[in-house]
Amino acid sequence: MSDTLLVEPSAVSPTKRVLGELLRSREIAVGGVFVLVVALTTLKSPSFLFSSDGWRDLLLTPSLLLILAVGQTAVIITRNVDLSVGSTLGLTAYFTGKVFSDNPGIPVVAVFALGLLFGAVLGLVNGLLVSIFKVPALVITLGTLYIYRGIFLTWAGSDRINAGDMPQDFLALGTKTILTIPVLTIIGLVVLAAVGYYLYTARGGRELYAIGSDPDAAVLYGLQVNRRIIGAFVLCGALAGLAGVVYAARYGTVSSNAGLGMELQAVGAAVIGGVAIFGGSGTVWGAAIGAFLLVTINRALPVVGISDFWQRAVVGALIIAAVVLDRFFSTRQERRLVAAREEMRKAAR
Amino acid sequence: MSTATLDRPDRAARTYPAYSKPLWRRALLTREFAVIATVVAVIFYSNANVPNFDGPLTMYYLFLDIAPILLIALPMTMIIITGEIDLSVASVMGLSSALIGVLHADAGLSIPVAAAVAIAVGALCGAFNGFLVAYVGLPSLAVTIGTLALYRGIAVGLLGTKAITDFPDTWTDLAKDRIFGDGTSYPMILIPFVVLLAIFVWLLHFSSFGRGVYEIGLNDEAAHFSGVDVERTKLLLFVLAGAVSAFAGLYFTLRFGSARGDNANGLELQVIAAVLLGGVSIFGGRGALHGVIAGVVLIGVISSAMRLEGQTVNVINIVIGALLVFSVIATTLLGWAQSFLARRRAPAPRPGATP
Repeated sequence: MSDTLLVEPSAVSPTKRVLGELLRSREIAVGGVFVLVVALTTLKSPSFLFSSDGWRDLLLTPSLLLILAVGQTAVIITRNVDLSVGSTLGLTAYFTGKVFSDNPGIPVVAVFALGLLFGAVLGLVNGLLVSIFKVPALVITLGTLYIYRGIFLTWAGSDRINAGDMPQDFLALGTKTILTIPVLTIIGLVVLAAVGYYLYTARGGRELYAIGSDPDAAVLYGLQVNRRIIGAFVLCGALAGLAGVVYAARYGTVSSNAGLGMELQAVGAAVIGGVAIFGGSGTVWGAAIGAFLLVTINRALPVVGISDFWQRAVVGALIIAAVVLDRFFSTRQERRLVAAREEMRKAAR
Repeated sequence: MSTATLDRPDRAARTYPAYSKPLWRRALLTREFAVIATVVAVIFYSNANVPNFDGPLTMYYLFLDIAPILLIALPMTMIIITGEIDLSVASVMGLSSALIGVLHADAGLSIPVAAAVAIAVGALCGAFNGFLVAYVGLPSLAVTIGTLALYRGIAVGLLGTKAITDFPDTWTDLAKDRIFGDGTSYPMILIPFVVLLAIFVWLLHFSSFGRGVYEIGLNDEAAHFSGVDVERTKLLLFVLAGAVSAFAGLYFTLRFGSARGDNANGLELQVIAAVLLGGVSIFGGRGALHGVIAGVVLIGVISSAMRLEGQTVNVINIVIGALLVFSVIATTLLGWAQSFLARRRAPAPRPGATP
């Protein structure tokens, strides 16, 4: 038995190592791009950041996509995708308005809880279908996208929820700020912290990563794959429900196209933030930064002078660039690891 | 040196389960036939019970409405059989629509020239998708979500909120004319559709390219080692999807006489739903074009019949979504039923068969 180690322990001090890892991470890179975009736009038009509404809107508008992206990340990590979150958001937003107009005295916290529960039930349907019947989530959530949107539109009929149907203190949440940070953003950040902590430290969260990186190995290892996948979909649905309540608070009116197309934006935000579409890696912090970047670019384009009709093209180009970059770095990493292994073999001979 | 003697199995014990069934069972007990039977049943039911369903206009408008989905479902079937997916087809339709509008109204090109340019651009869009998926090796879901936004963004960026509506009457009428004269139910668009259908049926079911497509879907490494050029096949399929989507965009523009950046928004989901309903497996390697055509017609007939019954579009969408979910669950249910029946039918193990 040789007494030389195969791999030398790192000669760099722990603080330097952690700092270096942090600085080279995807999340910081996307965060840097976000800061750059805000800086360039503010240079062009200082009121983008420095007016009374500018700072508030910078933090407030992405809060919806933030909540959706966090939920979507949990599902993408397990190698699935949830395309029904937009319809869940719309359905829950309408449900919120209905609850308020039918029960005028109901406390706001109760409505938030009801929205979470409603979304969780919708997510449970997805999770059960995906895990029990082993059908790809893409197809199931495509079907439930149609079904939930249809239920929403049939239930709503031709009426909309207007601001008059909801109590003032609920609508005030849409613009209220605590220490200049909007309340809805604080809700989003609390959700981000809670889900991020769970995914990083809790056993259930770590198992989601395991299931995503190799589902067969997870089964052989004895993980409760079905239960975890159902849990991930319930979480995603619950967060989409929460986003529906936030939507009602922010915009006051809920029309039939609430949430249309937001599922692809949520997936895009996660992909830009470094969540691998094939599962197994990525963090909710990255998805959150991706959501902020996406929404801020959308808002910054008209200020910079690009007609905001081009915003979808910019979003699409960003997603493609993010995926190509991911692929480039992972291939380079693989080649480096193979080269290092060859070197070690040569040195050992 | 000892040689173990091998027991030759009895001739009587040999069976070849896959080909032991007669031809009629192999042809009729397939998913495609189930969809075709459903379509026929729904048509008969609607003819009898839905008011005005057997009128001359129903089939005509049905064909006009489902024509883009019929067209795009042909290359989409082949893409899904290889195990990939293309979510950007509706955006290519919108881009081609916007291009035709801009080229015709602002650059003064005639419709055929503008159409040729749009189809070339559509093929280029498909080539971009195919390059990223086949040669760079990116997952097609992520790539086509990106290009869905990119191409739609370019289309909307070209036109903004404008809608270009002055197209020459000869062309807009051609899109809506009927083949055998007024009063019959077959619009002109069915002619290019039948031509494309013949080409795709030959390509998928009767050529070695098509065998390669099935093999890539079943196991692309094995396909590579058995001589199929996997990258070139996938690239070609995406190029075909782009070109056919651009042609469908041309038809869409001429039929409604209006070029807008957001034309055909959301159509990709209807195409994928129709293809999956037609018996193509989302895992790849399985499926046939006759099932897909039946799937598209089924969705069209159900929408038509429900519309004539006075149901809203929303209920129709719920039904289509439920059909889609049911059709993919049915595969798993069928698998469970088959394995259950096989276990019940299995003979008891022969005594002395194992040492």
